[in-house]
Amino acid sequence: MNWEWVTGHLPLIGQLLGEHVFLSVLPVVIGLAVSLPLGIVCSRYPALYGPVLLLTSVLYAVPSLALFVFLLGVTGLHTTTVVIPLALYTLSVLVRNVVDGMRSVPDAVRDAAVGMGFGPLRRLVQVELPIAVPLIMAGTRVATVSNISMVSIGALLGFGGLGQLFTTYGIQLNFFLTAILTGVVLTVALAVAADTIIVGIQRLLTPWAPRGAGR
Amino acid sequence: MWPAMITFEHVTKRYPDGTVAVEDLDLVCPTGQITVFVGPSGCGKTTSLRMINRLLEPTEGRILVDGNDVRERDASVLRRDMGYVIQQAGLFPHRTVLDNVATVPMLLGVSRKEARRSAAEQLERVGLVPELGKRYPYQLSGGQQQRVGVARALAADPPIMLMDEPFSAVDPVVRGDLQREFLRLQDDIGKTIVFVTHDVDEAVKLGDQIAVFATGGHLVQVDTPERLLAAPANEFVADFLGGDRGIRRLTFLASDRVGLDESDVVDSTVAPGLLEALGDAGRDWALLVGADRHAVGWVPTSGVPAAAAARPVERTFNPAADSLRVALDSALLSPAGRAVAVDDDGRVLGTAAHADILRAVTDEVARSQRVEAAS
Ligand SMILES: Nc1ncnc2c1ncn2[C@@H]1O[C@H](COP(=O)(O)OP(=O)(O)OP(=O)(O)O)[C@@H](O)[C@H]1O
Ligand SMILES: [Mg+2]
Repeated sequence: MNWEWVTGHLPLIGQLLGEHVFLSVLPVVIGLAVSLPLGIVCSRYPALYGPVLLLTSVLYAVPSLALFVFLLGVTGLHTTTVVIPLALYTLSVLVRNVVDGMRSVPDAVRDAAVGMGFGPLRRLVQVELPIAVPLIMAGTRVATVSNISMVSIGALLGFGGLGQLFTTYGIQLNFFLTAILTGVVLTVALAVAADTIIVGIQRLLTPWAPRGAGR
Repeated sequence: MWPAMITFEHVTKRYPDGTVAVEDLDLVCPTGQITVFVGPSGCGKTTSLRMINRLLEPTEGRILVDGNDVRERDASVLRRDMGYVIQQAGLFPHRTVLDNVATVPMLLGVSRKEARRSAAEQLERVGLVPELGKRYPYQLSGGQQQRVGVARALAADPPIMLMDEPFSAVDPVVRGDLQREFLRLQDDIGKTIVFVTHDVDEAVKLGDQIAVFATGGHLVQVDTPERLLAAPANEFVADFLGGDRGIRRLTFLASDRVGLDESDVVDSTVAPGLLEALGDAGRDWALLVGADRHAVGWVPTSGVPAAAAARPVERTFNPAADSLRVALDSALLSPAGRAVAVDDDGRVLGTAAHADILRAVTDEVARSQRVEAAS
């Protein structure tokens, strides 16, 4: 382990770390923005759910490299080329969890809401979505953590956050072990930190959920 | 808004799959009274109830509230005027108890602060301490959740309450408490209530009027509990009311005409000769009372009237308030076979034997039949 290299390259490592965070969080945000309406529509019209689920699974199965290469022709050498595939991959877990979340609203609760005079929109915003939060957050957690490990593949295009430590500074510099190790350790640390933060947010959002039931 | 009358006019409900859940229902639920829908499972009680607040729409016929078709009003607006309580309570798990109760006032545009203030009052009204308001529903017992459900339905002071088996998910002891408190509450608030149950005892206890449904959604009989028990319209109703129909009727017969005897009521200063005379007259027991005339217990006429040896009086009846069922129960629980009558303050008025009570039963039944024939 060459600590001198590490201390000498702190600004670079910091920059790569920042890029990594950005590249793993942005796709999840985009994924949520798409999955929420899609999941809500699917839970209202169950006939749509099957086809939507199939589509997101197919997207998930497309190899990332193939997608990068394809998108290179459309969006060029740009972060978008990395963000789009990662966002598409999150859909498979997020749509499923949004639908599960909507289905986790007990029938009696929904019935009581309608019976008390909640219209459809109010019921969605004030009753169903809040109750779906634990499952939506669980999906967000999985998507974020798996993205953190997937971002590295973007290094092949030059947008891989900490992944650059494996390619540009690792393999291409004659398998420079210090850079590779730094990349691995920071990626894992980032995943753990992200997981902890999301769980914390979930606790804050759902003080009403019984604790210790694996949530 | 004032308590309102609900009228079903030729209401039929056919589900899309062809099931006829309610057929040609004609029924009036009078203002300020509790109408109980009772009947076997699947007879259309819930369907009938849910058509009132438009959770379901009739296939034919119409439902009026104060003479106006419920379909004339926006469904959500209509529902805010009708308290709705269901078996599983359906509390919002993500809101505190207080905010659950504040739900409908807030839908109606009351400020959060004001809604919470009145919610706290409602909690008290249904017998919950204010501290529970801060909890979430998962931190409550089933009985407490039901109370919150009732408080939530009452919060906006709606003229109408629709209740679908609100007390059937709790154990019998809690159910008894809830029923008693519910009746006490209704004495104060006088709402027009439609109450669904499949429990005959609950129906008899709570109903001002009972509507008995049969499978297929037919209304078989609508009557007061007394008249239902006294004169079931047909065999189905009689069977449904069950074997204790005669005994249950005693609940509706007043005990104020039971002949009372004071001769066996003694205090500790009683002359030994008097006890002896009682014994000679075939009375094995005398009722010992204290200086305040409260019952101490039954003492044998063959011995000294000592409080230490007295057999306790397990149940008394108040002729001014209790039914003949209570009087008979009191007699059956006593070693002397005699019921103990007390006044409002618990002072002993006298005792009555089984036979005295049964004579009163005969008289009351005859009297109620005369009243019936005259009306
Ligand atoms: N959505 C539906 N589609 C088809 N049939 C239904 C539907 N809901 C209820 N039914 C049928 O309508 C009939 C009346 O049902 P309802 O729920 O009103 O009965 P209930 O008297 O409330 O019974 P319970 O005491 O079991 O609650 C039943 O035969 C039931 O199977
Ligand atoms: Mg029912």
